[in-house]
Amino acid sequence: MDRILLIGLNHKTAPVEIRECFAFTEEDCRQALTRLCGQPAIEEALLTSTCNRVELLLCVKDIQQAVVAAKGFFSQSKQIPLADFEAALYQHHGDAAVRHLFRVAASLDSMVLGEPQILGQVKTAYRLATEQKSSGVILNRLLHNTFSVAKRIRTETGIGDSAVSISYAAIELARKIFGTLEGKEVLLIGAGEMAELAVEHLIRNRAGQVFVANRTFERGVALAARFNGTAIRMEEIAAHLDRVDIIISSTGAPGYVVQPVDVKGVMRHRRNRPLFFIDIAVPRDIDPKINDINNAYVYDIDDLNEVVDENIEDRRREAVKAERIIDEAVIKFRQWFEALDVVPTIKALHAKIRSQAQLEVQKTLGQLAHLTADDQKAIERMTEAMVNKILHHPTQYIKNSSCQGDRAVPLDLVRKIFGLDE
Amino acid sequence: MQIVFAAAVLFYMISTVTYFAYLFLQRDLLQKIGCILLVAGFSVQTIDILVAFATTGHMPVNNLHETLSMTAWALVGAFLALNFKFRLKILGIYASPLALFIVLAAGQLPSEPLQPDNLLKGAWLVIHIFTIFTGDAMLALAAGCGLLYLIQERSIKSKSRGFFFKRLPSLDLLDTTGYACIVSGFALLTMGLISGMIYAKIIWGHFWQWDVKEVWSAVTWIFYAVLLHERLAVGWRGRRAAIMAILGFGVMLFTFLGVNLLLKGHHAPFTRF
Repeated sequence: MDRILLIGLNHKTAPVEIRECFAFTEEDCRQALTRLCGQPAIEEALLTSTCNRVELLLCVKDIQQAVVAAKGFFSQSKQIPLADFEAALYQHHGDAAVRHLFRVAASLDSMVLGEPQILGQVKTAYRLATEQKSSGVILNRLLHNTFSVAKRIRTETGIGDSAVSISYAAIELARKIFGTLEGKEVLLIGAGEMAELAVEHLIRNRAGQVFVANRTFERGVALAARFNGTAIRMEEIAAHLDRVDIIISSTGAPGYVVQPVDVKGVMRHRRNRPLFFIDIAVPRDIDPKINDINNAYVYDIDDLNEVVDENIEDRRREAVKAERIIDEAVIKFRQWFEALDVVPTIKALHAKIRSQAQLEVQKTLGQLAHLTADDQKAIERMTEAMVNKILHHPTQYIKNSSCQGDRAVPLDLVRKIFGLDE
Repeated sequence: MQIVFAAAVLFYMISTVTYFAYLFLQRDLLQKIGCILLVAGFSVQTIDILVAFATTGHMPVNNLHETLSMTAWALVGAFLALNFKFRLKILGIYASPLALFIVLAAGQLPSEPLQPDNLLKGAWLVIHIFTIFTGDAMLALAAGCGLLYLIQERSIKSKSRGFFFKRLPSLDLLDTTGYACIVSGFALLTMGLISGMIYAKIIWGHFWQWDVKEVWSAVTWIFYAVLLHERLAVGWRGRRAAIMAILGFGVMLFTFLGVNLLLKGHHAPFTRF
C-alpha cells in the first residue's frame, strides 16, 4: 500500500486565508489532473477541493519524488511560495491515506460532524478524475470502496440523524409537534439570518402561507416578497395568532412582543390547535410564561442551543461506530491491494482453476463406478494436463505484466476475468 | 384447547419482549417481528374462539377465563387494525404487554366453562358481545395513545427531551390516533348498548331495568359522548383530551369488570370463576 499518498490541508490545519487561496474550480481541477499525471512519479491522481479542504490523492511510483511534485504543484498552480503553507500540509501514506479518505467521505473529518455535502463533493472530484482519465485501477477501486463505506456509515450509524444547527433543530421540534409541516402557516416577526433560514427550511418542507411583521413596514414588505408571503404591521400580530401555527421571532425589541394574554385569548378560537413559538431574539420576544399554556410551546435561543449541543454529542457517539466500520474497510482494501501482485495472482489463479477441475472430476468419477483404478488415474492425469495447458498462457501474461509500466491494469483484468476476488 | 391458549400466551410474551427491544434499540425489524407475533397470537386465539363457538353454539364468555381471553383477542385485533391504518408502531409497547397481562391473568383462572343458561344464545347477543369487546379494546388503545401523548408532551414542554423524545412520534399523530380510537370505540360501544337493549327486550321484556351494569354502561357512554362533544364543539385536544381518554378508560374498566366483581347485577356468568 506504500504507493498510495494523500497530501493536503483542511480547516483544522490551515486558516481560511490560506484555504481560500487553494480554491479550485472544475476547470482548474481538470487542468491540474492532466498536469499531475504528466509527472513521472505520479500514476493516478484525484483532487478534492471544497471550502474546508483541498486534498490530492495519488497513486505513485516513488513516494519521495511524488511528495516533492505534489508540493510543487500546490505552490505553482496558485503562485504561492511553499514556505507560506507548508506547515499546514499533512500527508498520509498507505493505510493512513486510505483511512483518511474514508473518514473524509463519511464526514468524520468535517467541521460539522456528519454533514452530508462532503460525499457529493468527493463524488464530483472522482467524476472529474475519470473524465480526465487520471484515475486508474487502484483509485477506481479505492473510490468505489469509499462510496460504499460512506453509504454504509450513513445507513448503519446515526451520524447524520439529528439536527446540528439552530434552524434545523427548530424544524425538527416543529415536526415532533405537528407531524407534517405541510400547510402550516408561519409568522416571522423581525428579521435576521437565523430566523430567515428557519423560514426557508419551513418553506422547503411545504409550509403554508408566510406572514412577516416588521417594525419598518417597507422592510417587512421586501422580506415577505422573498418568501412569497404577506407583510403585516406589528400591531396585527395578536390578531394573526389565531391562524398561524409557527411563530419565529427575532426582533431587537427591549420587551416581550407576544404576551400570554394574547395567546390565551386565541386558543379557544383556534380550537386548541398547537402553537409553536421559536424565539431567537436576545432579549427575548416571547414571554416564557406562554409555555405554560396548554398546546402552546415556546423554545428560546438557549433551549435550541441545548438541543444542538445534545445532538452533536449524539453524533460523536455514532462516530465511534463509524470508525469501526472504517477500520474494517481499510483492512479489506489492503487485502485487495496486496493480492494485486504477480505471485499472489498466479497462485490464486492456479488454485481456483485446479480446485474447480478436481471438483468436476470427483463428481464424474462418482457416477462411473465401473471404471478401474487405472482408468480413474488416466482421467485424473488428463485433467491435470488440461489445467496446465489452460493456465500456461495466462500465467505467462501475468509474469510479463511485471515488465510493463503499470502492471496493476493487466493484473486487475486477470483477477476480474477469473473472478479471483469473489 | 389448553395448548392453543398456551401458544397465544407464548406469542404475546415474545412479542412484548420484541417491542421493548424495539423501544430501546430502534431497529425497525424488531417492531415488524413484534407485529407478526401479535398476528400469530391473534390467529390462534381466533381459531380458539371459532372452535368454541362451533362446538357449544355460544360465544365463549362464560367465565372470567374466557372473558379475559376474549378481551386480549379484541385488544390485539384493534391494535393490528389501528397499526395498519395509522402506522403508530410504538403503541405496541402498550398493547402487547397489556394483552400479555390479560392472558396471563386468564391463565391463573379455571378454564372449565360453567354450564351456560340458554339465555346466552342468539344473533343479537353475538353482535352485542362482539361490538362491546372491540369497542372497549379501542377505548383501551385510546388511553394508550393518551399516555404516550402525555409523555411526549412533557418531554417537549419541559425541554428535557430525553429517552422518549426521539422514540415517540409527533404529538399530532398521537392525538389524531387517540381521537380515531375514541370515535370508533364510541361507535362500537353505542352499537353494543343498542344490541344489548334489544336482546334484553327479547329475553326479559324490557329495554332497560336500572340494573347496576346498565347504569354504569350509561355512565361510560355519557362520559365518552361528552368528551367527543367537547372536541367537536370547542376543540378539546392535546393534553386535556389525553387525560380524559385515560380517565374514561378507568370508568370503562370499572363498568366492564369492577361492576361484576364488586356490585353484582346481571351479566354475572360473564365473570364467574
